[in-house]
Parts: sequence; C-alpha cells; structure tokens
Amino acid sequence: MGFFDRLKTGLEKTRKNFTDKIDQLISGYATIDSEFLEDLEAVLLSADIGIQTTNKLMASINTGIRAKEIRNPDELRPYLKTKIEEMLLKNVPEVDVSTEPPRVVLVIGVNGVGKTTTIGKLGNFYREKGETVLLAAGDTFRAAAIEQLEIWGKRIGVDVIKQATGSDPAAVAFDAVQAAKARKVDTLIIDTAGRLHTKTNLMEELKKINRVISREIPGAPHEILLVLDATTGQNAISQAKLFSAAAPVTGVVLTKLDGTAKGGVVVSIGGELGLPVLWIGVGEGITDLRPFDPREFADALFGDK
Amino acid sequence: MVFEGLADKLQQTFKKLRGRGKLSENDINDAMREVRVALLEADVNFKVAKDFIAQIKSRATGQEILQSLTPGQHVVKIVNEELTALLGGTQSRITISSRPPTVVMLVGLQGAGKTTTAGKLASLLKKQNKRPLLVAGDIYRPAAIKQLQVLGEQLQIPVFAKEDSRDPVAIAKAAVEHAISYANDVVIIDTAGRLHINETLMQELKSIKQTVKPHEIMLVVDAMTGQDAVTVADSFNQELGIDGIILTKLDGDARGGAALSIKAVTGRPIKFVGMGEKLDALEPFHPDRMASRILGMGDILSLIEKAETTINLEQAKELEKKLRRQEFTLDDFLDQLRQVRKMGSMEQILGMLPGMGNMKKLQDAKIDEKELVRVEAIICSMTKKERRDPSIINGSRRKRISLGSGTKVQDVNRLLKQFTEAKKMMKRFQEMQKSGKKGGFKLPFM
Repeated sequence: MGFFDRLKTGLEKTRKNFTDKIDQLISGYATIDSEFLEDLEAVLLSADIGIQTTNKLMASINTGIRAKEIRNPDELRPYLKTKIEEMLLKNVPEVDVSTEPPRVVLVIGVNGVGKTTTIGKLGNFYREKGETVLLAAGDTFRAAAIEQLEIWGKRIGVDVIKQATGSDPAAVAFDAVQAAKARKVDTLIIDTAGRLHTKTNLMEELKKINRVISREIPGAPHEILLVLDATTGQNAISQAKLFSAAAPVTGVVLTKLDGTAKGGVVVSIGGELGLPVLWIGVGEGITDLRPFDPREFADALFGDK
Repeated sequence: MVFEGLADKLQQTFKKLRGRGKLSENDINDAMREVRVALLEADVNFKVAKDFIAQIKSRATGQEILQSLTPGQHVVKIVNEELTALLGGTQSRITISSRPPTVVMLVGLQGAGKTTTAGKLASLLKKQNKRPLLVAGDIYRPAAIKQLQVLGEQLQIPVFAKEDSRDPVAIAKAAVEHAISYANDVVIIDTAGRLHINETLMQELKSIKQTVKPHEIMLVVDAMTGQDAVTVADSFNQELGIDGIILTKLDGDARGGAALSIKAVTGRPIKFVGMGEKLDALEPFHPDRMASRILGMGDILSLIEKAETTINLEQAKELEKKLRRQEFTLDDFLDQLRQVRKMGSMEQILGMLPGMGNMKKLQDAKIDEKELVRVEAIICSMTKKERRDPSIINGSRRKRISLGSGTKVQDVNRLLKQFTEAKKMMKRFQEMQKSGKKGGFKLPFM
C-alpha cells in the first residue's frame, strides 16, 4: 500500500462521515437555498471545524454563490475543498535540515493525547531513515510513564535516558542533551509529562525545560511538537494558544485520527492559529505516524470513492 | 475573544435595545443565535444544541421574558435552568450492590484517563469505608499494568494483575473470585482504551461484561472531547450498555459541552468529575455547576465550597466583628491573605468567578504570586505596634521594614497605600449596609 492509500484508509472514517454527509446533502437538494446552507453549516460544525472557522467558510461560500462560482450544489464540493486546502496550505513550514546534530525535538501536550506513543512512532520513523536516535523520559510525574517509554525504546531499538519518577524533568532534559552530544546522535526526542495548559506552575516547568535545552545547545529545541488529540473539540485552540505562550511550538501532531468524524480540528488550527500540522497518527501500529500533507489530506477528505 | 461568557454576549445583544420598551421576536432570535454559538463553542453537539434551542425558545418567547426589565439576564437564567434540568437535575450516585462485591467496569477511548480514574475512584470508596480491589485489565498499552500497580501502592489499595496473561476476560473473572475470598467489597476493573469502531476490542468488553456481570459500567470521557463525543457515547451505549459517565480533566478550561451531548444521547447520568492530577481529585457531579460552566459563567458555587472548607469559620466571625468596629489591622490583612492563598492559586480562584472565565481578561490581569509573598514578607517585618497602627510608620521605619523584608521602600509604600484604600472601601460597605442598601454584591446573572 502506498502512502496515499494508507492515509486514505486511516482517514476512511473521517472521510465517510464528512463527505458522505456532504454528498447526501448535495444529492438531496437541487438548488442552493437557505435550508441547504443551514444543513451545510451543520455538517461543518459536526466535524469540529468550530463556529469561527465555519462562519469563515460559510461566508466565502456565500461570496462564491454571489460571484456565480457556485451555481448548484454539485459545484460546492470542489469549492469547499479548495477553501479548506487553502486554510491548511497557508502554514506549511520550511523544513530546516541544516542544523548540526543532535537535533532536539521536545514533545508537549495535555494529558492522554498520546505523547509517549507518538515519541515511540517518531523515533521509529527516524530510525528507519537510518538516523541514530535517543529518547528522554521527561515524564517523571505519571505512574509508569518512564516504563512505558522504555518499552517503546526496546521495541524500536533505541536507548532511553531516564531518572527516577518524581525527579526534575529539566534535569532529565539536561542529561539527555549531554548524552546526545557525547554519543553524537542525530535526533534526540524528549518526552514531557502531560499537563493542562491552564496550570501556570506546570507551564513554568515547561519553560524551564525549554530554557535548559537551549542553554546547552543554542538554537535547540529545534522542534517543539504539540500533540493534540483529534477527538478534542474547541479546547484544542485554547491548548495551542497557551502552550505556544509557554514554549515556541513549531508544529502540531494530531493523534487518534483513525476514529470517527475528525477532520475539523485540523482546519480550525490552521485557519485560526496559523500553526502547521506536521504529523498525524492514524492507528495503533508502530508505523502509523504519517507526515501531514495538507493537499493529500484535503484530497483524502474529499477523495472520489 | 473565543471564550467570552454567554452572559456578556447577551448583554451586548440586548444593549442596543435599551430605550425601546419591548422585545420583538427578532430580538429573541438574535439572542438564541448567541446561545447557540455559546453552546457550540463549548463543544455541545450541534444536533443537541439545535434541539435544546428549540426547546428554550418557546419559553423565552413567552410573557416572562418579554416583560422582563433585564432580558439578557433573564434569557441566561432560563438557559441555565433548562441546561441544569437536562444535565440531570440532581446528583446521582454509584450503585452499591447489596450482595458484595460490587463490580465496576471502566471503559472509554485511549487517553480519557481510565487508569487514573480507577485509582481515584478506589481512593474515594476507601474513604467511605469500602475495601476496593483494583483490577489491571489493560494488557495492551505498554506499562498500563505497572501504572495501576504504582497507583495502588500510593493509595494502599490492592491491585489484581496477571502480567503473563493475555486474556482480559480471564483476568476479570479471576479478580472477582479473588475479591470474594479476600473480602473486597468493590471491584474496579480498568480496561484497555479503544476506539468505539474497533469490533474485536468491543467484543472483548462484551465478554468481560457477560462473565463478571458488572453492577456499573462507567464510560470515562475526556471533558475536552468535541462533536465526536456523541458518536463515541452512543456506540459504547449501544454495544455495551453503560450505567454512568465519569467526566475527566475538568480542571482545565474546557467548557465540557460533551457532558451535555452525552447525557442527551445516552440518557445516562454523569456521576463523577475528575478535577485534578492528585488522587483525591474526583468529585461528585453537580449539574447546576456544569450548566454555568458550559455557558461560561464561572463556578461560584465551587468557589464558595472551597472557601468554606479552607477558611476557618471562627476566624471569619472574628474578622467580621473587627470590620464592624473598624479595627481591621495589618495582622488581619495578613491572615486574610494566607487564607485566600490556601484556597489555591489566584488564577484558579479567579477562574471560578463569573465573568472571569474570559481567558483574555485573565491573562491581562495576571496576578503575580510572588507579589503576595512580598506582601507577606513586608508585614512580617513590621513590629506588632506598627501592624496595629500603620500610621506611625515614618521614613526610618519604612527603611527598616524594606531592609528586613528584602524589598524596596516603594513596595512598602504601595502596600500601606493599598491597605488604607482597603480600609476605606470597607468603611463604605459598612455605611451602605447601615443605610439598608442590601445586595450591593448581586451576581451579574441573577
């Protein structure tokens, strides 16, 4: 199976739920009237696109209708696809490959979004690219979080830098950076404890971890990945905002996208925050982390059956 | 901007009507649109929101609202009441079987917080003199069993685990037998997180259900869940049948509209809410508070309750007397400060106040916790005499106090000024009460 097919399979449910509804809608109406638009709005909202982005999309659809670009419900789908694609494409980052190793990746997010699992998959991705990888067990708070990362480490054949549960995560980060430098690894991925973005003290802790890393390697962490759960609703926006305030987030990892009806958060995050989505998790397997491609994502979302 | 309280928004909607005597149908429609946006921003499912709006509209277009002098507040009141009713009206408790052991099964998506909740629930039951047994039924996630074992150790609660077994059904069965022979009266089974569309794992849950016949199947739901909450809850309920819901991670700023959606779709009550990372942070669910939260109106009741548990009643009475006699000193000021700080961080407290849920406002008025420490240091560096009568604090005393507390003279000056202001304000309140103008503190949504 090629990448595109895997992505499509992973997003099968999302696509089914989302586009089927739009298709139903389109076949149910011969002309565009206010009732049609109301139903369309409901479809967008049900995909967690959020009221603000939905309003934006609806406004541009209305403009399209007035400009006679959309004359009947059939023409709506390509129009909507383009619009959503535009919102996602806006923030495609330039990948900086010039950094001297070790490249440090810090992974942050609220509780239970799948940070540790993402790190396991991400480590595997770099391993398969032929890089040397080191993981750091920076979640010293949750019971058995270190063990969980160690199991991942064994699975993908990568060492894990750790300290005891309850130790200072910034100290773990420090150790890890030193080890990464000494061992000359290509990529160091640092785990952190899940924290709610509203807890000031925990956000301060995050700032400290970030500070310690950048003191040891200027310019590091080169990537700060915010992991978001695709089932999350509008709170994802608040999470992204507050985490960005504490540490300069470079991109988003959207996990658990193999469930139902979840394309929307991505559009919201792109449209409202300008944060690029870099990776998506589409399953429980070790290789189920995929680089995010806005165009392919929109294609898969609106793909022909 | 994103999370503006509904009360504020409705206030704005109705503001432009000031001067006109009556509200028209259109005005009500405008208001309902705002209510809808508030619900959607809180992640209430759009279908649920639609039905709900239709329901309250009939009440809102009735006489009571049209004749109200403060229509904005009145609409909020109606919405709040209806929302509370829809969320369950009253609290519901966990079913305890008359023939122990009571078997509780926790199910849900990955990362909802099942394992942590299992620990919290066991801890809560232990406090009620039960003898819970935790069962590690998540054999899939790396270190999930270990996580439960660590929690059990921390809480001094036994954990039943079979590390070498790959059969959750057999584990659950053996656990119940274990509970009977060890006189554990509640068995809490942690299960693996799963997608509701995963047939195999759903089948596994059904098998556990058939084998151990749980008295309560609790669906653990992340309060941050979006529109998908309905699909998830519905399929768990259809496939497995659930008895109650536990909402987790409510200590963040998620409005928790998912609660409403799930209640509306499954009809099952929300029994507990997870309010923090500590193992005692599982609380009974209060529908009225949840309603206010969904509408972005703060959580004044929780605040009052928190204040009640942390603030010493006698001290409060003493303080009141002092206030009456206008003998409020810097010592009392310090006491107050310390009591408030015991309730949690200032941000937490402010977050619970109505109208303060507004993220932007909060960020602007960020309270420096260090400032409070400084104030404490300054007061502690004063002599007893100075604390009783700050008016004697002259230049050289100021210098001494600032040196003693490690602050600047300006800091001391500022504190003294603040104290004088506070005293003045209290005097004004006294006079207000004397002249019979009661209720100067009326809450904005009442």
